[in-house]
Amino acid sequence: MNYEPSELNVADPEERTTPRIPGRAESPTPSPASPGGAERTSRVEALHATRRVRLERLNAYYGDNHAVRDLDLTFEPGHVTAIIGPSGCGKSTMVRCVNRMHEEIPGARSEGRVLLDDVDLHGARVDVVAVRRLVGMVFQKANPFPTMSIFDNVAAGLRFVGTSRDEVTDRVSAALEDAGLWSEVQGRLSNPGMSLSGGQQQRLCIARALAVEPEVLLMDEPCSALDPVATLKIEELIGQLKEKVTIAVVTHNMQQAGRVADTTAFMLDGELVEVGPTDKMFTNPDDDRTEQYVTGKFG
Amino acid sequence: MEAGQGPIHPLLVQSANLRRRRAVNRAMEISAWVAAILAVGVLALVVGSVAVKGISSISIDFLTSNTTNFGPGGGIGNAIVGTGILVGVATLMAVPVGILVAIYTSEFAGPRSGFAIRYALDILAGVPTIVIGVFIFGLLVYGHQQTGYAASIALAIVMLPLVARSCHEVLTLVPETVKEAGLALGASRWRTTLSVVVPTALSGMITGALLAVARAAGETAPLLLLSSIFPDLVQTDPSTALPNIPVTIFRYSEAPEPAKHAQAWGAALVLILFVLAISVVARALSARSRRRLGAAR
Repeated sequence: MNYEPSELNVADPEERTTPRIPGRAESPTPSPASPGGAERTSRVEALHATRRVRLERLNAYYGDNHAVRDLDLTFEPGHVTAIIGPSGCGKSTMVRCVNRMHEEIPGARSEGRVLLDDVDLHGARVDVVAVRRLVGMVFQKANPFPTMSIFDNVAAGLRFVGTSRDEVTDRVSAALEDAGLWSEVQGRLSNPGMSLSGGQQQRLCIARALAVEPEVLLMDEPCSALDPVATLKIEELIGQLKEKVTIAVVTHNMQQAGRVADTTAFMLDGELVEVGPTDKMFTNPDDDRTEQYVTGKFG
Repeated sequence: MEAGQGPIHPLLVQSANLRRRRAVNRAMEISAWVAAILAVGVLALVVGSVAVKGISSISIDFLTSNTTNFGPGGGIGNAIVGTGILVGVATLMAVPVGILVAIYTSEFAGPRSGFAIRYALDILAGVPTIVIGVFIFGLLVYGHQQTGYAASIALAIVMLPLVARSCHEVLTLVPETVKEAGLALGASRWRTTLSVVVPTALSGMITGALLAVARAAGETAPLLLLSSIFPDLVQTDPSTALPNIPVTIFRYSEAPEPAKHAQAWGAALVLILFVLAISVVARALSARSRRRLGAAR
């Protein structure tokens, strides 16, 4: 990728909500600068995972608590990267640094770089709202907006940026399709989002994140509150979605990492112990601590 | 060892200690019960006696005709209209400001400034309303004349802390996970608050606003200073003093004639029914709000 870091800068108010990244086939809203707008490319082309996330010497703190220490890690496009480790090892904190949700917590701060291709998402001139449009997130507990219908939940992100009504309708059905929920909710889009089952709610949240067409999708223990059947559905979905968007999954379920991830990273006490191809991590890890963790000796 | 034989376990022996503890428990239970009966009893007594003494005065004629100084005729029609306007204007002033204060304290303020503002609101809520009345009297009425606006401003000051505090409480009940969902979707904090947090908490916020309205409707002290010299006519212009129910109750009960006393009871009954109706609506809305917030958790 050869573009200037200033592409994400927000000095121009026009770019505040819509950072234009060259090579991004479809911008979330047609830029007013290009009258008529470019032809929309087909979805298949438009959504092809191309973005690499690189964490460089990332440190994160909650007040005096040093939660993530000097972490270097890359999320490869087209891959699912799983982050495993015992509770409290800093895996959630780490992914929350990528979309800068970490800084929403009072007293929390971070240091180091989080590069989306070549742009530092933590750069002083990068708007946090723009970052979150490019880096979607799915949370531990399904959190549909309680007052909104199924349709409105998925449309919410689009409406935040003023997408036109027709486009919203298209994108909502496409996102529900991508999240594998379309056939289940087709006839009842106006029902409350909260009326769905737990697994469906989580897929609704995935659809909501996908609707704004992010480049990267962070999933923070997305199945920890779900039953095995719903979990399996989400895992299958992750396998399909990795073609379209770069995915990082935090999980404390090692079997899940084994099933969904191409690359697995093991964290302990805020540090990255080891990262490698999932098979190798589970069968022949380099580090003793990884070996002990994946064989269930602690954690 | 067979059951029923052998020594009884020491814990099962009726000791003095055990008897004493049971007696204390019983005494506390009874006193709490009596206190509860007392509280409900006072309410029943007030509402009951007002109803008994006031019901005879209530008629269409009483509710529609204007206040009078003498005689068995006359009613509270103009006072109902005036109270409606005074409380309405006060609500328009207090509710938007109160909601914005609540949004600030719950969503934007740091822990220290949030605490300071909430503490200030609690103090404001505790300021005697006659003091607020005197303050507004000195500010707006002294040297001029009584106005409905002045009275509404005083009522708004009474309402503001109630609205702000109750809205703050419901806004903090909106789960953090829902707020995070909005933020993570690329909405600014303000947009998240407006599109996600406030709609979720809305019925609870309306409940708080309604209870403040009920409180303001019966507020008397500021009105005695700010909107008590009015003609016995329907007045709708808040730049003049407006007839209102609390001052009318006061005037009628101070009147020498028994007929007026009965009308004072009637006016009091109308006020109580109004407040009661608002509470019932508020209650229904808050049940709805709890259901919604419960579902989001």
